[in-house]
Amino acid sequence: MIYVTRRVEFSASHYYHNPGLSPEENRRIFGKCNNPHGHGHNYALEVTVAGDVDPTTGMVVDLKDLKKLLEQEVLQLMDHRFLNQEVPVFASTIPTTENIAVEIWKLLAPKLTLGKLHRIRLYETSDLFVDYYGE
Amino acid sequence: MVHLTRRYRFSAAHRLHSEALSAEENVRVYGKCNNPYGHGHNYVLEVTMAGRVDPSTGMVFDLAVLDGVVQQEVLDRFDEVNLNLDVENFRTQVPTTENLCLEIFNLLRRKLAGGSAQGSARLERVRLEETNSNFFEYAGEQDRTEAGRKVS
Repeated sequence: MIYVTRRVEFSASHYYHNPGLSPEENRRIFGKCNNPHGHGHNYALEVTVAGDVDPTTGMVVDLKDLKKLLEQEVLQLMDHRFLNQEVPVFASTIPTTENIAVEIWKLLAPKLTLGKLHRIRLYETSDLFVDYYGE
Repeated sequence: MVHLTRRYRFSAAHRLHSEALSAEENVRVYGKCNNPYGHGHNYVLEVTMAGRVDPSTGMVFDLAVLDGVVQQEVLDRFDEVNLNLDVENFRTQVPTTENLCLEIFNLLRRKLAGGSAQGSARLERVRLEETNSNFFEYAGEQDRTEAGRKVS
């Protein structure tokens, strides 16, 4: 079993707000991230695919296909977007880095034809990242 | 289950020297690190919390709480100090990065064991970089390091 990781970057804005909580609770829990005008990050996404090396090609997954899949499923949806307002799932789910990572897993896992999705790692900044293994 | 990792930095001096070894053996085992005057590193610490995403906040763990715990337990203790001279445990134990990694995990685990008002998340792993070229990981007795996860 070999693990192949591809990295892509995208930029998006978001803010954290739970309509079920009072304005005071929202400010207490989310702090500056509760500003309704939003703020932005340069996210770095690492997608790891696990699989056996195909003896014919020497590859686990065709990286061109993986790049295209990331472009179609993730970048077109989230790059240069205001996540709360422009990505439907985040109208009802708070677009924390945790939830974005889980959402990206759901988008990619059923679409991979070669190999198996092993891990989503999403960096919000160079000092903060989230890992999700699908369970 | 989502894993959240936060990165911190601190700088400290140390000297690798074991009282159990002769002067010659210390030089042989630790090389330049046995220099009696000590030397320093810019350490990079990664702390990983694991837990379910709280549906009400969308978060695994409150980062302000994590920052507070790491500040109190790690940075206040180890930043800008001489580990051999200023940290009680390292008067008798060699302050290798292995031992420092274990020490940090045990300090943090007491405060981040999960099941409290802070939510279900608990400390999963500590990864400590001594330089860009070497790092050490500890995840308690049960191996939950990234390398361990791949094997299982």
